[in-house]
Amino acid sequence: MIALTAAAQAPDIDWAGLSSLLALFAGAVVVLLVGLLRSRFARETLVPVLSIVAFAVSIGLAIWQWDEEGSLMSGALALDPLAMIGVVGVGVAGIAAVLLSIGATAPREAAHGEYHAMMLIAAAGMAMFVGAQNLITTFLGLELLSIPLYILAATELHRRRSLESGMKYLIVGSVGSATLLYGFALIFGATGQLDYAGIAAAVGTEGLRDDPLMLAGVALVIVGLAFKASVAPFHQWTPDVYEGAPTPVTAFMATATKVAALIAFLRLFDVALVGTSGTWAPALAVLAAIAMIVGNVGALGQSSLKRLMAFSSVAQAGYMLVGVVVATQLGVQATVFYVLAYVVMTVAAFAVIEAAERETGHDGASSIAGLGRRRPLHAIALTLSMLGLAGVPATVGFIAKLRIVQSAADNGYTWLAIVLVVGSMISFVYYLRVVARVWGDDPETTTDVAATRGQTVAVEEPEAIPARAGDAASVPGLVPGGNDQPVVVADAPRLPITVLAVVSGAAIVVLGVIPGPLMNVVEDVARAVPGLF
Amino acid sequence: MYHLSVLLWLPAAFAVLGLLVPSRTTRWVAVVGALLTLALSVVLVLDFEATGPALQHVTDATWISALGVRYELALTGLNMWLALLATVGFAFSIVWAAMTPLGVDRRAKHVFFHLGIAQSAVLGALLAQDLILFVAFFDLMLIPFFFLTAQFGNGDRVPATIKMIVYTLVGSLLMLVAAIAVGVLATPPGAEVSYNIQEIAQRGVPEGSQGWLFACFAAAFLVKMPQFPIHGWLADGYKAMPLPVLAVFSGVLSKVAVYGFLQIAIPLLPQGTADLRWVVLIIAVVSILYASTVALTTFNARMVLAYSSVAQLGFITLGVMSLRPDGAAGALLQSVNHGVAVFGAFLAVAILGHRTGSEDLRDMGGAATKAPVFAVLFVVVTYAVLAMPGTANFVGEFLILRGTWEGSAPALAIVASIGVALAAVYALRLFIRSSHNRVGPVIQPREGARWELALLAVPVLLIIALAVHPQQTVEAADQAATRSVLSAAAAVSPDRARDILADDPSAQAAAEAAQSAAGGTGAAGGAGGAGAAGGADASGAAGAETAIDPATGQPVDQTAQTEGAGR
Repeated sequence: MIALTAAAQAPDIDWAGLSSLLALFAGAVVVLLVGLLRSRFARETLVPVLSIVAFAVSIGLAIWQWDEEGSLMSGALALDPLAMIGVVGVGVAGIAAVLLSIGATAPREAAHGEYHAMMLIAAAGMAMFVGAQNLITTFLGLELLSIPLYILAATELHRRRSLESGMKYLIVGSVGSATLLYGFALIFGATGQLDYAGIAAAVGTEGLRDDPLMLAGVALVIVGLAFKASVAPFHQWTPDVYEGAPTPVTAFMATATKVAALIAFLRLFDVALVGTSGTWAPALAVLAAIAMIVGNVGALGQSSLKRLMAFSSVAQAGYMLVGVVVATQLGVQATVFYVLAYVVMTVAAFAVIEAAERETGHDGASSIAGLGRRRPLHAIALTLSMLGLAGVPATVGFIAKLRIVQSAADNGYTWLAIVLVVGSMISFVYYLRVVARVWGDDPETTTDVAATRGQTVAVEEPEAIPARAGDAASVPGLVPGGNDQPVVVADAPRLPITVLAVVSGAAIVVLGVIPGPLMNVVEDVARAVPGLF
Repeated sequence: MYHLSVLLWLPAAFAVLGLLVPSRTTRWVAVVGALLTLALSVVLVLDFEATGPALQHVTDATWISALGVRYELALTGLNMWLALLATVGFAFSIVWAAMTPLGVDRRAKHVFFHLGIAQSAVLGALLAQDLILFVAFFDLMLIPFFFLTAQFGNGDRVPATIKMIVYTLVGSLLMLVAAIAVGVLATPPGAEVSYNIQEIAQRGVPEGSQGWLFACFAAAFLVKMPQFPIHGWLADGYKAMPLPVLAVFSGVLSKVAVYGFLQIAIPLLPQGTADLRWVVLIIAVVSILYASTVALTTFNARMVLAYSSVAQLGFITLGVMSLRPDGAAGALLQSVNHGVAVFGAFLAVAILGHRTGSEDLRDMGGAATKAPVFAVLFVVVTYAVLAMPGTANFVGEFLILRGTWEGSAPALAIVASIGVALAAVYALRLFIRSSHNRVGPVIQPREGARWELALLAVPVLLIIALAVHPQQTVEAADQAATRSVLSAAAAVSPDRARDILADDPSAQAAAEAAQSAAGGTGAAGGAGGAGAAGGADASGAAGAETAIDPATGQPVDQTAQTEGAGR
C-alpha cells in the first residue's frame, strides 16, 4: 500500500534546477510564434534577438544553479557543475551560431522562426544530454539534439549539397543512435539498471567486469558515441556534412554537439562504466589515437576550409578523449577545459569562414587569400584561431593541450600524449598554411569578387526561394550542378560576424595568458565525478 | 631592484605600440624600444653580483595554479650573457630592418610587431625558471619568424617556412610532453606538482625514465640548432628568410637551444645525460665535419654562413656535453662570440648581395679595392668566424676542445679540431671570393652606404671588446656552468665530479683568459684563492658519498657551500 502511494505520487520536481533547460524550450516556442508574424522586422531582427536572449537566460540560470548539487526528475537528470558547464558551453555556441545566422541565407529559406526554434530545441536536447544520468534520458537527449540538426543541415534549400548533407547526416546519425540504443539495451540486460549510479554499483558488486553482455554493450556504446562525437574511424560523415551544411549550422554542430558529446562521454564512462575501465580504456585510447592521426592527416589535403575544419574537429575530438580515457579527476577537468577552449577557437574560425564565404561565394582556400589586407580584424581572428587549435603558446589551445598532456602523463598514458603531440605537429602544416594564405597571398583579383557579387541574389521574400529550390530538389537531374551557385543575401549586416570574430579572437589570447579563472571554474566539475581520484 | 618583467615585456609593449602609431613612425618606435631594452639589459648585467646568489632579480608569481605552473624569472650566470646577446641581436636586427626597404614597406608594422614579440619570447625562454614557462616561450619564439618569413621572405617562402616550423616543432612538442612528464615524475606522492627547475633538480627524476626524457629534450634542442641528421629545414629556411631577420634567427635563437641543454636537460636529467651523451657527442662531431664540408663547397654566401653556424654549434654542443666546467663555460662564451660574429657576417653578405645583385660567390669579387672600409670591417668578422687566435672565439674553441679532451675523449677533440682548420678555409674562402679577385661583371663598384658601415662596425667593435675581455663572460658563466654539469658528471663517474670540485674551474678559466688578454688579475687571483679553499673543502667532504649522488642534488649544494666558504 505504501509502495503504491509512493508510486502514484508525482515526482517532486525541482523547477529551479530544471530552469536552464526550460528556458531553452520556452525560447523555442516563443521564437516559433514570433516567426509567424508578418512584419519583416519581427522575422529578421526580433527572432534572432529572442533566440540570443533565450540562450543567455539559459546560461544565466545555469550559473545561478552552479553550486547546487543533486539530481532532478527522480534521478533522470544530474544537477551538478558538469551539467551546468555543458549548458553554458552549448549556450555560448548557440549565441555564436545565431550571430552567424544573421544575414545568412539558411534562415531565410527555412523561415526564421523555424530555423531558430530548431536550434533552441537542439540546444535543449544537448542540455538534457549533458545532464542525463540515466540511459533513457541519455537517449532522449541524444534524439532531441540530433533530429533538429538533421533538418538544420538541409536548410539551404536551393543548394543540393545542403540537402545531401542533411540526408547523409540523418542516415549516419540514425545508425549511430541505433548502435547506442542497442548498447544501452545490452548494458541494461547485464546490470538490470538504467540509472548510472545503479549501473556503477552493479558492475562493482556483481563482478560484471568480464561479462560478455556488458562488454558488448560497452563496445556498442563507444561506437555510437564515437559517431556523434565524430571520432575516427566513425567520422566519415563529418567532412561531407560540415561542408554541405550552411556554415552557421556547421559552426553550431561543430561546437555545441562536441560539448554535449564529450560531456556525455565523460559522464557515461567515468561515472557509470568506470568499473570496467580496464576494458574500455585501452580501446578508447586506441580510438583517440586513430582519431588524432586520421583527422590530422586527412586535413592535410583539404582545400575547402569547412572540410579542413571537419577533419581538424576529428583530430580535436581525439585530443579531448584523452581526458576521458585516463579516468581521473584531472582528466575530466582537462577534457572539459579543452572542450570549452575548442568552442571559443572554432567559433572564431567559423565566423571568419562565414564572412569570407559571403564575400567570395565559396569556402575554398582562395576565399581567405589576402584577408590580412582586406579585413585585418577577420584575419587576426582567424590567425589566432588557427594558432590556438594548433596549440601555440599564449593561446588558450596551448593551455588546454598542456592540461590534457599533464593528465595523460599523470596516469601512465604518456604514449598517448606522444601521439597527441605527433598529431599536433602534423596539424601545424595545415593550420599554418591557412595562416600563410591569410597574410602572405594577394587578395583574389577584384574582378573575381565582382563576378561573384554579380551573382548575388537578393532574397527578399522567403516564399520565393523554396519554390525554386523545391523544383530543383525534385528534379535534380535537370539542373546539373547549376544550382550550387552562391546565393548571397544582398544587404546582410556584417557587424555581428565581425563582433563575434573579434570577441572570440580576443578570448583565445586572454584565456591563453590568464587561464586561471576559467581553470578554477573547471576545477568544480570534479564534484560531478566523485568516484574518481 | 630592477624588475625582470619590465625587460621581458618591454619589446612586446613597443611591438603593440608600433601598431598604434602611423605607419611612417612605426620603425622609429621599434628602434627606440629595442635600444631601451638593450640599455635595460646592460644595466641588469652590470648590476649582476658575481658573488651573489645563483638566482638574482627573482620574480615569482602564480600563473596557472591548477597546473602548478608559475611565472618565475631570474637572472643567473648562465643566462645573463645570452640575454644581453639577445637584446643586442634584436636591436641590431631592428635597426637594420628599419633602414632597409622592409622598414618602409606597406606592411612595415608587421615586421616590427613580429620582431618585438619574438624578442619577448626569446627573453622569456632565457629568463624562465619554470619548466613549462620555458617550454611555452621556446615554442612561442618560433611563431613570429613564421610570419616574418611567410610575408617578407624570398622565393618559395611559404612551404619553406612551414617546413622549418614543423621540423622544429617536432622537437619542441616532444619537449612539452617530456617537460610535463619530468614535473609529474619528480613529484613525490602527496606533494603538489611543481615545475620549478631547481625544485625538480632537488626532487630528482626517477633514473629509469631519464633516458627517453633526455632524448626528447635533446631532440628539441638539436633540431633548433640544427645538428646534422635533423637539419633538413636549414637550407630552405635560411634561403627564404629576409636577411635582417635571419641574422637574429641564426645568431640568437640557436643559442637558446644551447642554453636549454645547460639549464634544463643536463641538470635535471643527469643519468639520462650520462647514458646518452655519446649519441649527442657523435652527432656534434659529425655535424662539425659535415657542415664544414658543405660550407666549403657551396657557392651561396648565405649558405656558407648557415653551415658554418651548424659547425659552430657542433663545437658548442661538444663543449656542453664534455660535462666539464671549462667546456661548458667555453660553450657559453662561444655562443656569445658566434652570435656577435654572425650578426656582422649576415650584414656583410647583405651588403655584398646588394652590390652584386645575387648572393652567389662566383658573381662577387673586388670589394677590397672598391670598398676598402667595408673590406676591413668584413675581415675582422671573418677572423671571428674562423676563430683566429686573439679573438674571443679562439678562447671559446680552446676551452671547448680542452674540455672535450679531458671530459669526453682525446680522439673526439682531435677529430673536432679538423673542424677548426676547415673553418679557416671556408671563412677565408668567403672573404677572398667576395673581396679579392676581379670585380665581377654586374657589380656596382662602390663602398657600402654609411649606415651599413656604421651598423657593421657595431659587431666589429663587440668582437674586439670580447677579444680584449673574454674573462668577463667566462667568469660569470663559470660557477653557473659548474653547477649545471656537476650532477651529470657525477652520474658518469663519481671521480669526475670529485675532480671538478678539486680543481676549481674558475681558477683555470681565469688563467685561460689571462693568457689571451692582459688585465683582471685581481679578479683571477681572488678566484684562484676561492678555488684553493673550495678544493680543500671539497676534498674534506669528498668522503661523504652524498656529495656525488645525482638524485639528491647534493653536489650542487656542495659547490654553493664551498664557494661561499672560499669567499
